[in-house]
Amino acid sequence: MMEIMEGSHAVAEAVKRCRPEVVSAYPITPQTHIVERLAEFVADGEMESDYLTVDSEFSALSACVGASAAGSRVYSSTSSQGLILMAEVCFNASGMRLPIVMSIANRALGAPLSIWNDQQDSIALRDSGWFQLYAEDVQELVDYHFLSFRVAEDHNILLPAFVCFDGFILSHTYEPVDIPDQEEVDAYLPPFNPYQKLDATDPISMGMYATPDYYMEFRYELDRAMERASRAIKDAGQAFGEQFGRSYGSLVEEYRMDDADTALVALGSICGTVKDAVDEMRDAGRKVGLLKLRSFRPFPKEEVAKALDGVSQVAVLEKNISPGSAMKGAVGLEVKDALWKTGIDVYSYVIGLGGRDVRKKDIAAVVDLAERGRGDMFYGLREELI
Amino acid sequence: MERRGAPVQAFVRFSDSKIRLRSQVYEPDYIIVQDSSLIKDVDVFAGLTEGSVAIINTEKGADAFDVPAGVRVITLDATRIALEVLGLPITNTSLMGAFAAATGEIQFPALAEALGERFTGALAEKNIEAARRAFAAVGGET
Repeated sequence: MMEIMEGSHAVAEAVKRCRPEVVSAYPITPQTHIVERLAEFVADGEMESDYLTVDSEFSALSACVGASAAGSRVYSSTSSQGLILMAEVCFNASGMRLPIVMSIANRALGAPLSIWNDQQDSIALRDSGWFQLYAEDVQELVDYHFLSFRVAEDHNILLPAFVCFDGFILSHTYEPVDIPDQEEVDAYLPPFNPYQKLDATDPISMGMYATPDYYMEFRYELDRAMERASRAIKDAGQAFGEQFGRSYGSLVEEYRMDDADTALVALGSICGTVKDAVDEMRDAGRKVGLLKLRSFRPFPKEEVAKALDGVSQVAVLEKNISPGSAMKGAVGLEVKDALWKTGIDVYSYVIGLGGRDVRKKDIAAVVDLAERGRGDMFYGLREELI
Repeated sequence: MERRGAPVQAFVRFSDSKIRLRSQVYEPDYIIVQDSSLIKDVDVFAGLTEGSVAIINTEKGADAFDVPAGVRVITLDATRIALEVLGLPITNTSLMGAFAAATGEIQFPALAEALGERFTGALAEKNIEAARRAFAAVGGET
């Protein structure tokens, strides 16, 4: 049933239906409403989870690691500085192959302090070994939680997951969303069946010391699991579509890409604005389309190459900055790699950092720049401040 | 949303079809000003055009505000209504009643139902009453 709900509360409803046995999180804007609501569910007896209150994000994810290693389904959520404080634990969680799911309400990083949206936080954890999905709207955001637990816990995968969504833009927006019934979610997401777990009667050690004779193979296996995750996400997305009618059977979504000469590539909620801008440009006779990336890790290289085959230029919208990188943004590098030797021009545009608004006219201006061969730049700077 | 008392701008779009656009609203059909003392700091009337409606919480009359030509100004003392009914200067629900009356975009029974879902018990009744008084103050008939 469709109902109008705040994005954060929709996440909490989704998480409740995933039946995590342990939730541990530390409140941070703009993630706070998620964990507040989950704490209410637990306190009111609506949710049978242990809700662990902790003193920091570092402790929150450390508690998740312990609980997951002990065989529990585990959930957390954070933003921005909180995620960066968790960074050390993030690498341990993936290294120990613990299928923790964490919602990331994407927010800029300080300094200077900003509570507003960009995607620097999760992009900065690119190499942490967590798969990363990005939601365009609240419905995708809800659905990705069910999908992520299913993929993460697959014994062929065993990777932790970020479900990324733009802070405030999705977290604080009320919009219509379908929250599936508990029975439907139970049918899609069976109880957690840990591959191995800490057990006092059958002791094992996890996350132990690896000498140079062993370490590299652990990292190799982590990378192989991430490669397999591409197929697993698509299969889980396909199965989701068969059961719920909303299919996520591809790591990318093409919007008006037929005969497109210029393609925009983007992650997250900005894709909605881009779709409206593409419609206006198409109405004006311009051959423009959007390639939306659902997943940044694993990076859907083959899908990107296939979808962009035939375009002349690609404009990648980047809500992140990699200072010192020739392309500026982290996503453009991957797109350029996917199109290597094709002769297609790929440009990055750093846009919307720290909550700066992105309008349809900005999208059109970026297309103009790409068609004039200008890119790998910040877009929308206030020249008087520089 | 961040901390009570800080100046905040929020934006609403409503439509029968799916809304994909995520940018701020630059040419509003309607604006609601919860605190008229902010008018000197923020150009709240920017983007209003002929036929737009500005609903302002103030003790002053509509003539006190310099708006673009053709903009209809509706003023009401929502703070007083909120203080009398809720005992707190929280004007959101009063101003929603004023919005319903001024624009006709939402019907009062639907607003009352939504407030009944958002709040429970006596708080729901009080907020519905605050909305009702503001609705009447702006000329709406329940």
